[in-house]
Amino acid sequence: MDLFSNLALGFSVALSPFTLMLAIVGCFLGTIIGALPGLGPSNGVAILIPLAFTMGLDATSALVLLTSVYYGAMYGGRISSILLNIPGDEPAMMTCLDGYPMAQQGKAGEALVLSGVASFVGAMFATIGLMLLAPLLARVAYLFGPAEYFALYLLAFCTLGGIASKNQAKAALAACIGLAIAMIGLDNTSGMPRFTYGNLHLMDGIDFLVAIVGLFAIAEVFVFIESHGRDSAVGVKLEKVIIPWKTIAGSTWTMLRSSVIGFIAGILPGAGASLGSFLAYMGERAVSKDKETFGTGNPRAVAAPEAGNNSAAGGALIPMLTLGVPGSGTTAVLLALLLTLNITPGPTLFTDRPEVVWGLIASLIIANFVLLIMNVPMVKIFVKILSVPPMLLLPGVTMVSFVGIYSLTGSYFDLLLMVAFGVGGYLLRKLGVPLVPIILGILLGNYMEDALRRAMVLSNGDWSFLFSSYIAIGLWIAAIGGFVAPIFLRGLFARPKAGLTD
Amino acid sequence: MTFFFKRMAAGAVLSVGLALPVAAAECIAPANPGGGWDFTCRQIGKILYDIGQVDQPVQVTNMAGGGGGLAYSHIVNERTDDADVIVAASSATTTRLAQNAFGGMTADQVRFVGAIGADPGVIVVSADSPFQSLTDMMEAMAADPGSVAFAGGSAAGGFDHLKVLQLAKRAGIEDIRTIRYIGVDGGADAITQTIGGFTQGMTGDMSEVVGFINAGEVRVLAVLTDERVPGFDDIPTAKEQGYDVVAVNWRGLYVPKDISDDEFQAWADKLQAVADSDDWKAAMEANGLAPFTKVGGDFQSWVDGVIAETVELSREIGVIQ
Repeated sequence: MDLFSNLALGFSVALSPFTLMLAIVGCFLGTIIGALPGLGPSNGVAILIPLAFTMGLDATSALVLLTSVYYGAMYGGRISSILLNIPGDEPAMMTCLDGYPMAQQGKAGEALVLSGVASFVGAMFATIGLMLLAPLLARVAYLFGPAEYFALYLLAFCTLGGIASKNQAKAALAACIGLAIAMIGLDNTSGMPRFTYGNLHLMDGIDFLVAIVGLFAIAEVFVFIESHGRDSAVGVKLEKVIIPWKTIAGSTWTMLRSSVIGFIAGILPGAGASLGSFLAYMGERAVSKDKETFGTGNPRAVAAPEAGNNSAAGGALIPMLTLGVPGSGTTAVLLALLLTLNITPGPTLFTDRPEVVWGLIASLIIANFVLLIMNVPMVKIFVKILSVPPMLLLPGVTMVSFVGIYSLTGSYFDLLLMVAFGVGGYLLRKLGVPLVPIILGILLGNYMEDALRRAMVLSNGDWSFLFSSYIAIGLWIAAIGGFVAPIFLRGLFARPKAGLTD
Repeated sequence: MTFFFKRMAAGAVLSVGLALPVAAAECIAPANPGGGWDFTCRQIGKILYDIGQVDQPVQVTNMAGGGGGLAYSHIVNERTDDADVIVAASSATTTRLAQNAFGGMTADQVRFVGAIGADPGVIVVSADSPFQSLTDMMEAMAADPGSVAFAGGSAAGGFDHLKVLQLAKRAGIEDIRTIRYIGVDGGADAITQTIGGFTQGMTGDMSEVVGFINAGEVRVLAVLTDERVPGFDDIPTAKEQGYDVVAVNWRGLYVPKDISDDEFQAWADKLQAVADSDDWKAAMEANGLAPFTKVGGDFQSWVDGVIAETVELSREIGVIQ
């Protein structure tokens, strides 16, 4: 009964009227920060760290506040994905694919409630996983070397074709553009800069937040200007919000499956929430019977990535707490917070500082319930945002994008880059090239290349090293299966209407 | 509708508050939150305020880019006489300056005000490794330099890589370019790869391995300091095993070049006060830092020496021409 006494310890630390208030404030701020394009969970938490110290909060209160912001931002990211087709942060990208079509069909409220519940299921699953298995699961990271990581990222790219069922060549082109952009910056393996042209701003590569905000938000503004609002995404139909019990019940298994996938992606350092939501979406697509409705507003395709990314967000805390390896940008910020509080994460943290760990777990549980309660009634308010005329809303989006990106590095260079991405995104949209694979290329391209290069250094250039473990072989089989299966399945289920799309 | 704008305004105010300089002193961490520079700024900033050396909380700004080069050029080009700004620095700063990785900028374009703690360099193997001492490892490498692969938190040619190369040179290994090294995302990641058995050794800083030492998952073959580190008295130095390499990752600050000598001295004194505080001693202990206080003019001349040495070594191994 260690678990219950530990949990009791955690709640005794984290549950007081003051910390409860902090949790509510944190969840609220987090949701807003997550929803605003350009402000993601990592800068949200970074912004609030100085605030926490200025307020003189003790370790537990600071943790409660900042984990609430963290989870809140993970919830909030979906809102602008669904309502505006602009992801609030990078893991919410996959939610655009079906969330926005749902909103266009007048089911914005349904999509928001469903994704809110899915976020809750994913986050709860991860918190329970963290509680029961953290020290054990930390060992999973020891099983993943460069070869295994390479195969894992390859799996993501091999299933990419399914993302754009209309024209796979364009999806592949988009992924290549993303991979090319990922090449920019310092090459870790040789220590040499690539494609930087001596510009210091390019040494660390291109921040994917800049790319996301440019490609989605700024490009949206251009489309709006060109069409005087007619073709613009902004301004979807509104309907009364009712809680879609039936859809929620129908997606139960989807949420659980996606939570498992997201959680595993979260545990692995490096991959993080974006890979979690991507693989959850692709996994759901692979097992569902109505594949062709993915991308057109399938509720399960909204539930899957949201459960996946929130579960990954919780999973990413495991390597951070037990190994000190942050699995994502946000956990890196939380790691910084712990270090500033003189708490050093590592294998002995659970035994050395139980009050910190269990206080954190308790505050995650509290944040989760607060967010569920906050997100279901508040849906109406968020849907009301749509009644703001686009002529006011879009300048607002533009302003927030500029402020958010400027706060990343405090340099005008990123703003120029963001506008350049906006122009590029506008052109690509005109050409019908999907934007999501570009972001995935930027996001995972570096990791994948680094993994391959490290594998080659370790094996002295011997390719068979890439297949040297069961995990790697399993991932390779899944990757090849993911790439080849759609080709055969298409032949198998060939329907007359398939000929109509391209 | 007004509700929405209120929220938007809240977000905007929050982020503007972060980005704009305010009247208080500002500490620039030239990296994203979470790393050593960020730690330096936040910890020193917090203590400066707690012990009353500054009357407002120190504003920490993260200015990531170019491995610290962006913050460096920001100071050199835009704020070279701003007495209210300090910038976190470490061995990585001087290594990169020595290797001309800051786009032609040189170390004499700022003033190094002091270091108040150092993270001793370590060479680590997993607990089940056949290497019991640094000598075992170096002998294996002398027989076949490619037989031991290292993981470290810096890119190839960086500080962690240089530690291994320096040791190898002392061990009489001629062909140091055949030594295998992979640069991963930080020391914790490097140690994960080593415990997982993907690399045979890890090169990094003491603070990165403390948790793993306590958990009994790793063995530290050598610490790269003059004397054994207090609190880790059973870990031998490389020096006493016959390999005279001292490499510590100091944690310190630089300030703009054109501030007055009085202003420079004021920062040096404040830094000295932080070094003497109990808070800093506790923070050092919790984070595996060893005492290493060099402040003011002393520190500047020590930095010049270190850079000269790094230039020589980098040239020798071909990192720079």
